Amino acid sequence: MELAAPVGLIDPHGEPIANSGYELPSVDALCEAYAAMVLARRLDEQADALVRQGRLAVYPSSRGQEACQVAAVEVLASGDWLFPTYRDTVAVILRGVDPVQALTLLRGTWHCGYDPHEHRVAPQATPLATQLPHAVGVALAARQRGESDVVLALCGDGATSEGDFHEALNFAAVLRAPVVFFVQNNEYAISVPLSRQTAAPSLAHKAIGYGMPGVRVDGNDVAALLAVLGAAVRRARDGGGPTLVEAHTYRIAPHTNADDAGRYRPEDEVRRWRERDPIARLESYLTSRGHLSEETAAATVERAEQAATRLREGLAVPVEPHPADLFAHVYATPTPQLREQEAMVIDELSREGVSP
Amino acid sequence: MTAMDREKITMAQALNRALHDALAADDSVVVFGEDVGTLGGVFRITDGLTATFGEDRCFDTPLAEAGIVGVAVGMAMNGLRPVVELQFDAFAYPAFEQIASHVAKMRNRTRGQVTLPLVIRIPYGGGIGGVEHHSDASEAYWAHTPGLHVVTPATVADAYGLLRAAIASPDPVIFLEPKRLYWSRDEVRLARPVPPIGTAVVRRDGKDATLIAYGPTVPVALQAAEVAAMEGRELQVVDLRSLVPFDDATVCAAVESTGRAVVVSEENGFAGVSAEIAARVSERCFHRLAAPVRRVTGLDIPYPPPHYESLHLPSVDRILDAVDGLQWEYS
Repeated sequence: MELAAPVGLIDPHGEPIANSGYELPSVDALCEAYAAMVLARRLDEQADALVRQGRLAVYPSSRGQEACQVAAVEVLASGDWLFPTYRDTVAVILRGVDPVQALTLLRGTWHCGYDPHEHRVAPQATPLATQLPHAVGVALAARQRGESDVVLALCGDGATSEGDFHEALNFAAVLRAPVVFFVQNNEYAISVPLSRQTAAPSLAHKAIGYGMPGVRVDGNDVAALLAVLGAAVRRARDGGGPTLVEAHTYRIAPHTNADDAGRYRPEDEVRRWRERDPIARLESYLTSRGHLSEETAAATVERAEQAATRLREGLAVPVEPHPADLFAHVYATPTPQLREQEAMVIDELSREGVSP
Repeated sequence: MTAMDREKITMAQALNRALHDALAADDSVVVFGEDVGTLGGVFRITDGLTATFGEDRCFDTPLAEAGIVGVAVGMAMNGLRPVVELQFDAFAYPAFEQIASHVAKMRNRTRGQVTLPLVIRIPYGGGIGGVEHHSDASEAYWAHTPGLHVVTPATVADAYGLLRAAIASPDPVIFLEPKRLYWSRDEVRLARPVPPIGTAVVRRDGKDATLIAYGPTVPVALQAAEVAAMEGRELQVVDLRSLVPFDDATVCAAVESTGRAVVVSEENGFAGVSAEIAARVSERCFHRLAAPVRRVTGLDIPYPPPHYESLHLPSVDRILDAVDGLQWEYS
């Protein structure tokens, strides 16, 4: 089976690519995406630093994948839903979730720190692919209720090997759910390369078996991502059913701060991907065409810096643990057994002189 | 027929009526699973629902249990009240991760911002001569998982009432339907008040010892009490109805009134719900007990082929033997 070249609109040198079959997004949309990518990278670097300072327990970086993080959010309307994974914290923040709330999971103060209904962002999924059937369910419920909302569900290349990936795509296709499945293929599932996940020519090819369109796109080309994901979202909203989009990108940082990527990939490979940097590419395109002045670029960096400062300051505020929280949300009404256990914990604490 | 009329129906019909009435009462209720549409379910529990309420409200899905439960999670996140059927106990296992990691945890991980009012119906247990993988008593897996309510009816009236309560619950409910009681028949008044989830009930009074049973073993325990009465021993029978939340108050009051207890359950006994019940009763009622709490359970073997299942399942004789062993000589 022939491997189609990924859709690209701007090449790694910042030059436009003709005849891709998709229209280049507007200058405004590209400028907005540029600012968002700069912010995304700064927040990602800040989060990494916060792990080293002991303010976060762990942080799975999306450095190098900023084009995917930004496009996934930019193509959605306010009523649409985003289903992120643990590596998509930046996308969660770009969707409008307060950064400190977004990092609650990785800080370890609770599992999910935001109200998923407020910005229509599902809790970040830590197990792989299990969020994909949830996304299908949300989409089907929206249709059942006569709403036109679309769901965009993120996963990585490793997650495509999970059974839930298969079941979710099959359900979505059979029931024509308004969902876009967006796979960020960053070449590695922790240490395991894509060649150990699949023998398919590409991940997008899997769509054929489900009877839905599958599109490969250059995952470091935000223009192409906006075009391809935007078309998939419109198709879903218009009742055309689901689409599988595979973005080919690369995780520049290790899996998390606890990982040693040198054990499984050569530095030379990382260097080659740095040369395909999504931000530099768009910056080159916009600058050479007079759409991005030095002043605007500097102001963008400054705004990102301010956001990083706010994040630092926010995470410096200690969170007081409330032991009663352990029991409050297991059920709508705690069981008699949970009330007994809560009383036991409160009693233990009070005997230690801690007021719960 | 008025609401006050009594009708003689089967447990399967009572469950069907509960689904019908819930679909009629609330537009957000949806029913789906394998074969639940045109066929009406392999046990006919969803019979006629698609015809009455349409494909949007009761529909067949691809054959994929994790997908069924996962999609139900998403629907419940977005305003619906899904009631899904997983066709047989052992065929629910592919959905285990969705249930244990997502259904059970969503409320807690989001501090109550996302709740999942959904019901997972599982035809469960043995005694119907089913071949391999069709007879597991799987309640311990679900009861062990915080965040789930686990309910199992033993009577026709409770089948209706508990299923209505489960569908109305703000929390996810694992609804275990004892397969061998599907065809049990009783004269019932369905319009009676629905029993709240989490309440056990004393089915038969007796002063000598307490049999604690649930779901498929309640009729067996009642038969044992019948036989014991002929032999001059009065056995009390408690029907738990709900494994989670567990009704310690009713169970302890019952056991303390007799001073002797036997837990009767068809699951494998080791590390099972029956072990938890025996431990709870021992901890809470120790000073009122005249004998150690006994358990009559399924054997610790994979569910046997149909030709052997009578050796595996708790029988009247095995229950009465256990009762005989409750240290009567000391009383």
